[in-house]
Amino acid sequence: MENQLVIEVEKLTKMFGEFRAVDAITFNVKKGEIFGFLGANGAGKTTAMKMLIGISIPTSGKANVAGFDVITTAEGVKKNIGYMSQKFALYDDLTVKENITFFGGIYGLRRSQIKEKTAQMIAELELKEVMDQLVGSLPLGWKQKISFSVALLHDPKVVFLDEPTGGVDPITRRHFWEMIYKTADSGTTVFVTTHYMDEAEYCDRVSIMVNGKIEALDTPKKLKEQFEVNSMNDVFLKLARG
Amino acid sequence: MSIVVNKISKSYKEIEALIDVSLDVKYGELFGLIGPDGAGKTTLFRILTTLLIADQGTATVAGFDVVDGYKNIRNSVGYMPGKFSLYQDLTIEENLTFFATIFGTTIEENFDLIKDIYLQIVPFKNRRAGKLSGGMKQKLALCCALIHKPKVLFLDEPTTGVDPVSRKEFWEMLKRLQKKGITILVSTPYMDEAALCDRIALIQDGKILEIDTPREMVKHYPKALYNVGADNIYKLIQSLRSYEHHYSVFPFGEFVHYTDQRTDFNLDELQNFLLDQGLRDIRIEPTLPTIEDTFMELAK
Repeated sequence: MENQLVIEVEKLTKMFGEFRAVDAITFNVKKGEIFGFLGANGAGKTTAMKMLIGISIPTSGKANVAGFDVITTAEGVKKNIGYMSQKFALYDDLTVKENITFFGGIYGLRRSQIKEKTAQMIAELELKEVMDQLVGSLPLGWKQKISFSVALLHDPKVVFLDEPTGGVDPITRRHFWEMIYKTADSGTTVFVTTHYMDEAEYCDRVSIMVNGKIEALDTPKKLKEQFEVNSMNDVFLKLARG
Repeated sequence: MSIVVNKISKSYKEIEALIDVSLDVKYGELFGLIGPDGAGKTTLFRILTTLLIADQGTATVAGFDVVDGYKNIRNSVGYMPGKFSLYQDLTIEENLTFFATIFGTTIEENFDLIKDIYLQIVPFKNRRAGKLSGGMKQKLALCCALIHKPKVLFLDEPTTGVDPVSRKEFWEMLKRLQKKGITILVSTPYMDEAALCDRIALIQDGKILEIDTPREMVKHYPKALYNVGADNIYKLIQSLRSYEHHYSVFPFGEFVHYTDQRTDFNLDELQNFLLDQGLRDIRIEPTLPTIEDTFMELAK
């Protein structure tokens, strides 16, 4: 159980014309692991992630996510993962409650389940006072925490977080990471991208993409040893700057 | 003073975006406005670049009042908004020529100022702005903001969402511009970039928390700070929170930053407590506060 693989990727490649956006990447992610997916802008992270969540078809290679093949059973992937991006999270012109109900419905939860999940979220995130407010009126930090919980509504095996903490204040950023720890502790795999290198240190393992390839993959501790530096920031600068 | 902000307040309906904000930026200074999303940074930039009028208070930029001297200010400042605001369907070269013409100058006249940056994007000069990568857009926007040789440069979150390598390069560019005598007011949510400024203002919920040099700023931290490490970070955070004497507990890279309520406390006692909680590989050692620690303490 401990070493059960939730994401298995083998030589996954995506071409745009002649351009190799993702170039034969291979890696695995375990159940309950916090996996940091790092890389410079344009390194191919977003393209890779889109293939893993079943919305972009690979040019070659294979990937199995949450027990489903991303090419042949993309719908199965979508039902068994959670996804949260910084750009699109929740509907600003719906209230918190309406958003939860809406996404719960999308994920195919029954009314009773939605009710139960809503109550659970209110308690955990202390949402009682803002439940009937429009999401658009809430501070960014709140939105991000709520949208993370919404991405977990259907108890996915793995949740993909695309730069979840960009622009968020330092205290909320840390609350957010505690939510990530808790989620991973309960057995859900967390796949996360970030530009904050201190957050890279919070991950169990980290991969760094450079020009479409995974150039490094290990625990933060071992990566720092390997590159003989003191921080993940320096590891990143050394690798991505070449 | 290059920028003087005197008791500025601004509200949008019931939301108070800025509350009694005052700060000065000296000639040739690289001044950082450090705070999260929604702190009021953009509102302050818009007031100083004459795009928005404050409800209360006064401000001058390059010696001109932001209300009475707005036309003079518009000729003397460069502004790079947080949101990419160039013409997507014009090429790199067309955008730059356009902005130069608007300000009654040419690319050639001030080429010296933008040379370093422009040469990096010149291979793509016939590409439309909408088709550029994030890093290239950012460089083009900076060129356009500089083309009329402004006295003061306003950069609103130029590095948000940008990877660490590009961020480092961007700050190196800013340092070179500063040497050419341009005053720079830059905002960022990245606390590590604060250390690269001459002085910084920490801002949250429309209020300035503190203004100082980065070096002095961390001295405002009132507590003895410790790095605590263990084999399981999540469990460590929970255990420290349950320790009756804890004051603050925040994950910080590979460690947890911990402060105690008591002024002198026994490290062995905490060590034993954590051992009893089932944690192993425990490390507790004093560490120096960062700007982020200071921010979090002040923002409490």
